Amino acid sequence: MSKKILQIVESGYRATIEEQDDTVVWFTHAIKGGGAAIAVLLRGHAVNYGVNGQDASGLAFGDKKQTQPPDLAGDLARLIAKGVEVHVVEEDLVAHGLVATELIPGLKRIARSGIPELLGRYDLIWHW
Amino acid sequence: MTTKKTLAFLLMDAPYESARTTTAFRLVDAAIRRGHDVSVFCYEGAVALSFAKQAPHPNAVHGRDLAQEDHPNPKDWIAALAAQADRSGAKLAWINCGLCVDERGVGEVVSGVGRGSPVDFWKSAEAADNSLVIPTKG
Repeated sequence: MSKKILQIVESGYRATIEEQDDTVVWFTHAIKGGGAAIAVLLRGHAVNYGVNGQDASGLAFGDKKQTQPPDLAGDLARLIAKGVEVHVVEEDLVAHGLVATELIPGLKRIARSGIPELLGRYDLIWHW
Repeated sequence: MTTKKTLAFLLMDAPYESARTTTAFRLVDAAIRRGHDVSVFCYEGAVALSFAKQAPHPNAVHGRDLAQEDHPNPKDWIAALAAQADRSGAKLAWINCGLCVDERGVGEVVSGVGRGSPVDFWKSAEAADNSLVIPTKG
């Protein structure tokens, strides 16, 4: 039986324009595809990944345009659709002024006080 | 006698950017000196750690020429870790994320370094006694 893995994503928007995604969310998609039993916890400013309507399009340097900007909320939604639990820290949502109506469906909100119990459900914790 | 363990590491920082890389090398060195088997998966900028065209430089600020400066290149540290693993009876596997290599153009690597995908790290972690992700921060 596979080990249960929790990915904690804290460094939000690190090189997402260059990469056209978040590299940890991308990594999560990749190993989920390989069969990993995996979940995600967004904390810090990475909670903003769950916000609908983000638009990073329009970047151009000279005549070189970025035609495929990152779709961070969409990438999360596709993880959720694959059965990956995506948790977000409630206090970090509040600190960033985010309300439920701005968020994609399916995110699991968790109070900071509930994180120890959450960690206890997993065999491996990878804190990015 | 120490029971042999298997450890899986993921490194992410590019060379010469973070003390986390040096710390990671210390951890790998300590493990293989004790005979433990180690796998290292390099993700994103860390794939350049094994780039074969790294070159040492003199340092005028230090007042030292090329030989005196003896500037360390991480590719040489990787080769040294591999040699240490052989002496210690440990296994050291060093795998680069292939897509990360391609987007950086650092495909020329020192001997013994392989190419793989995140699934390789996941499989290493599944098989290991423990795993540690050492990510880029900020």
